[in-house]
Amino acid sequence: MSQHHGPKPVSPHAAKVPAGPLPAEIREKIVELLGRYPSKQAVTLPALHLTQDRLRCVPPWAVVEIADLLDLSPAEVHDTLSFYGFFRPATDPLGKKRLWICRSLACALRGADQILDEAAHKLGVEVGGTTADGAITLELAECIGACEGAPACMVDDEHFHHIDQDGVLDKLVGELRQA
Amino acid sequence: MAAFEPVLLQRLNKPECKTLEGYRADGGYRTLTRALKEMSPDQVTTVVKDAGLRGRGGAGFPTGLKWTFLPKGNSGPVYLCVNCDESEPCTFNNRYLIECDPHQVLEGIILASYAIRARVAYFYVRYEYGTGTRTMQRAIDELYAAGLLGKNILGTDFSLDVFVHRGAAAYICGEETGLIESLEGRRAWPRIKPPFPAIEGAFRKPTIVNNPETLANVVHIVERGGEWFKSLGVPPDPKNPRDAGSYGSKLYCISGHVNRPGIIELPMGVTLRELLEVHGGGVWKGRKAKGAIPGGNSMGICTEPEFDIPLDFNGPGKVGCLGLGTAAVTVFDETTSIVDVLHNICRFFAHESCGQCTPCREGTAWMLKIVERIKRGQGRLEDLSILEEVADKIGIMPGTTICGLADGAGWPVKTAIRKYRDEFKAYLREGTPKGGTSSGMRLSMAAGH
Repeated sequence: MSQHHGPKPVSPHAAKVPAGPLPAEIREKIVELLGRYPSKQAVTLPALHLTQDRLRCVPPWAVVEIADLLDLSPAEVHDTLSFYGFFRPATDPLGKKRLWICRSLACALRGADQILDEAAHKLGVEVGGTTADGAITLELAECIGACEGAPACMVDDEHFHHIDQDGVLDKLVGELRQA
Repeated sequence: MAAFEPVLLQRLNKPECKTLEGYRADGGYRTLTRALKEMSPDQVTTVVKDAGLRGRGGAGFPTGLKWTFLPKGNSGPVYLCVNCDESEPCTFNNRYLIECDPHQVLEGIILASYAIRARVAYFYVRYEYGTGTRTMQRAIDELYAAGLLGKNILGTDFSLDVFVHRGAAAYICGEETGLIESLEGRRAWPRIKPPFPAIEGAFRKPTIVNNPETLANVVHIVERGGEWFKSLGVPPDPKNPRDAGSYGSKLYCISGHVNRPGIIELPMGVTLRELLEVHGGGVWKGRKAKGAIPGGNSMGICTEPEFDIPLDFNGPGKVGCLGLGTAAVTVFDETTSIVDVLHNICRFFAHESCGQCTPCREGTAWMLKIVERIKRGQGRLEDLSILEEVADKIGIMPGTTICGLADGAGWPVKTAIRKYRDEFKAYLREGTPKGGTSSGMRLSMAAGH
C-alpha cells in the first residue's frame, strides 16, 4: 500500500545510479536461470535480485530490459516489483550496505524500538533513509527470524544478535561506514 | 522418564555434518539409498501417512494424506515446493535446520519428491535467511557433484533437480498459494481454493507444498518406521473423532522475556509452563510472566494461568488460541503493558497484509489505528467492542477473505481483549499503563510503516 503523497525527494546519492544497459554477466545469469522454470515469468524475482544486488536499486530501464529478456511487458515486471517493498527505485537507491533493525514482538520486548531510534540518531537519517555518503541505508524489518538473539538486526542478508549490548551497534555501524 | 534424545537436532553441535562427507559418515543418505532401491514411491507415501505426521508449518495438515491428493495416473509434471519462507513472528526453527543440518532437509526433499514423483523441487526461502540459503546451495552443489541430484540418482531411473528460489521479505509468501504466485514471478496474492495446490499448484500443475521441518521428519519416519514415530508425542483424543493426534517431536522456539531464549526439540505435548521454566530458564529478572503467544503472533495470546496447556495440535485451542501454529513461544513479563504487546502485533499484520482482500487490508489497518489511539491515551471504552467486531469479521472463518492472514490478525485482538479486559479498561480510564510507566515498547510511526 502506498504511503507516499506526491513525488519523493531524490536521494543525494541517486545521481550515482548508472544508466543502462545491464552488465553482460547479469543478462547472462538471467538467461541461464530460464532453464530452471517452465515459465519465463518465474525468473522475475531472481532477475530483480540480481539487478538490485548490483545497482542497489531497480531503475526503470532495467525493468524494460528484464521484461524484454523474459518476454513480458514492462508493466508485468513492474507489477511484481512494486509488490515487494524490498526493491528500491532509482530515485532512492540503497546505500552500499542495508542495515535493517527488527521491530517485531520478540525484539520489541527487548528494546528494538529504542535501538531503531538510536541507530537513526547515530546515522543522522530517518528510518528508510541513506547516509549522505551513500554508505548505509537504515530500515526497519518485521520479524527476521533471529528471535533467540533479540534484539537483532540484519546487514544485507546476514543476522547480528544482541545488538543492545554495550558497543555492539557502534562497532557494527563503524564497520559498515568503512565497508 | 528417560531424557529425550533429539532426532531432528541430533547434528546441532556437529558442524562437520554440514558437508556431504560428514553427513554420510554420520549415517546420512542411507535411508534415501534404501528407499530408492527397495521401496516404491507409494510405499514411501504409505509409511508417512501411517505414521500420522502432520505438517509443521502451522496448519497441521496430515502430510501423507496431502500427498495422496495428487491426481492419480497424472502423466504431466508434479512439483514439490519447500516452504522455507518462515516469517511468522518469533519463529526460527527452520533456520536452525537449514543452517545446521542442510543435508537432513535435502534428504527429506529427495524422499518426498520420490514419493510424489516430482522431478523438480523449488526451495523457496525467505530473503532474511542469507546464511541458510548459502548453506543449502553449497549442500545442493555437493549433491549434484556426487550424483545424488540430477539424472538417474544412485543409478536408479529417478531424477530430480532442486532449485533455490529467494523471496523478497514478504510474510504473505508463506501462505502456500501466495508462495506459488511469488515463485511464478507475480505479486504474492494468495489464490482462491479450491483448486488446492495438489490439483493445480505451481505453473498450474499438481504441487505439494511442505515445510522443511516436516520434510526432515520424513527421513526419520522412513528410516525408523511409523510405530517409532507414534511412540513420541500425543495420541488422538478419544473424545474427539476428528483429532489426528500430535505424534513425533517438535522444534520449539522460545523467546521474549526469558532467561535462555533458544530452540529445543521435545516430544509433542510439553506444557508451555515446562518449556518456559525448564528449557527457557524461567522469566528474566526474577519477574513473573504476564502471558505469552504460544505459536507465533497469529495464534493469539494466553495468560500465565493458562500456561499448563500442552503444546500439541489441540492444546492452545483449549484456551481459545487459534492452534499450535509454529510452536514458537514468546513470553512477556508482568511489567509489560498488554496494550504495547497488542500494538506491536497489530502493526505487524497491518504491515504484512498483502492488500488483495478489502476486509483484511482495511481491517488490519483500522485495528492498528484504534490500538494506536488507545496507546496514545486517546482511546474510548467503545474501542474495545469495535476492535472485537472487526477482528471477528475478517478472515476465512467468517468467509470474508481468501487466505488466513486476517484470521491470524484478528485472533490476538480477540484473545487479548477477552483475557485482559480489565487492564484495557484501566488503561482507557487513565490513558497510560497501570503504574504509569511503559515497558519501553512505544509508538513508532517511523517511515516504512
